[in-house]
Amino acid sequence: MKYSGIKVLWEGLRGNMGWKPLWRNPDPKKSYDIIIVGGGGHGLATAYYLAEKFKITNIAVLEKGWLGSGNIGRNTTIIRSNYLLPQNQPFYEFSLKLWENLEQELNYNSMVSQRGVLNIFHSDSQRDAFVRRGNAMLMSGADASLLGVNGLKKMVPFLDFQNSRFPIKGGLWQPRGGTVRHDAVVWGYAKEADSRGVDIIENCEATNFLVKNGRCYGVETTKGVIKSKKVGVCVAGSSSQVMGKIGINLPIESHVLQAFVSEGLKPVIPGVITFGAGHFYVSQSNKGGLVFGGDIDGYNSYAQRGNLPVIEDVCEGGVALMPMIGRARLLRTWGGIMDMSMDGSPIIDKTNITNLYFNGGWCYGGFKATPASGFCYAHLLATGTSHHNAKDFLFNRFEKGMLIDEKGQGNQPNLH
Amino acid sequence: MLIDHPLLGLRDSSEFIYMGDAKLLNRPNWKSKNSNTKFIDYGYLRKNPAGEHKELWYHEQGDRSWLVVTRNTVTHEILKVELARYLKRKANAK
Repeated sequence: MKYSGIKVLWEGLRGNMGWKPLWRNPDPKKSYDIIIVGGGGHGLATAYYLAEKFKITNIAVLEKGWLGSGNIGRNTTIIRSNYLLPQNQPFYEFSLKLWENLEQELNYNSMVSQRGVLNIFHSDSQRDAFVRRGNAMLMSGADASLLGVNGLKKMVPFLDFQNSRFPIKGGLWQPRGGTVRHDAVVWGYAKEADSRGVDIIENCEATNFLVKNGRCYGVETTKGVIKSKKVGVCVAGSSSQVMGKIGINLPIESHVLQAFVSEGLKPVIPGVITFGAGHFYVSQSNKGGLVFGGDIDGYNSYAQRGNLPVIEDVCEGGVALMPMIGRARLLRTWGGIMDMSMDGSPIIDKTNITNLYFNGGWCYGGFKATPASGFCYAHLLATGTSHHNAKDFLFNRFEKGMLIDEKGQGNQPNLH
Repeated sequence: MLIDHPLLGLRDSSEFIYMGDAKLLNRPNWKSKNSNTKFIDYGYLRKNPAGEHKELWYHEQGDRSWLVVTRNTVTHEILKVELARYLKRKANAK
């Protein structure tokens, strides 16, 4: 289906009776060229880029639940490319560039809103670190500028500048960062992948892999056996569960990350703001709710719900940064399961089983990576080689000691 | 979550620091065969089960003991709490 202003007008005149489902609901075929396990944002983006850029359309995407039921519907919708390390930053900048053209490319309104991302700093040493980060961003072709207190006071006058414990010294500002309507991302990718012939099969769980002589040739599912030349796993959050079916242990722990939304308020927060002295970040949704989050709970969990101490900690961080939100009421909290990798960076790589590929370990940064992750994974699946922007996201970096550790925390997943 | 400390009784989990899989208690011998592979496994690879998980919790805000907690990662139910040093002593005595 093609969306346009004329179509909206036409449908408005005809009682909106002509809108159709965005994707078919096919039964699985006996075999495919590529099966993608996991119909989240990354999996559908992979299918779309395989069809669009690599002209492979005999693809099935298997989804255990319904589209958008996983982390693509549970994140805080922020896009940005403000990383430090040379293995990460070009990848995320590539992703941001894909975000910028996403709506035109998919012909779908995913409400990409580049309202800016502001990282606040509170000390001289933190300023030095942010200057370095800003330079790394500029070198990758991204945008960044350093704002002093006066600049900040014009932009976000409501911050607690005189906080006696963590006075605000300035911020690192990325104007091209922002937020996206997260569900629309998965719907848009699904629509365009489907229209190119990709079979999206919902309520179809991959229960095992078909492996013979070290080669993967298909998947056992709740809808029967499906054969395939290549299988790509893309199930961040449940990666260890899925790969565990064929005995592969991953450098990953699953942790729960909570997110929060307040009652709807008048427009007050201009972009995305992060606290530099605790873990708190906030943006305001188009409906007016403050969408915010902080640290993971910190223990292995598959529960999709967290505990109260972290809620308290996140809210304390928020009130320390902007006391004005102290009386806003919390509307909802929810949790999503993260693949927390051993160095805080993702993996897009082959496995030691031929024709079985893996994409995961996104920690809590997976949403912003969706387009680039899909693109680079499609590149790997189609060509057998890593995309140049994802060439370091390999399994063997752990044994080689070439970790991509943005925070410098070592192999302690709950600290990344 | 409340952790039933073997010496102190029920304590709030926020008094503890989480260290992950209790396999970290069994550090490989660096002189053993293939110790390189064993250390990669020890340092980086995890079973990460959905269900019962033996894990290390450190009672930093309390008596500073290391506990081995058996917990269900799907329901957060705590099934068993043991002192890591007792487990280690028992294992060494064998």
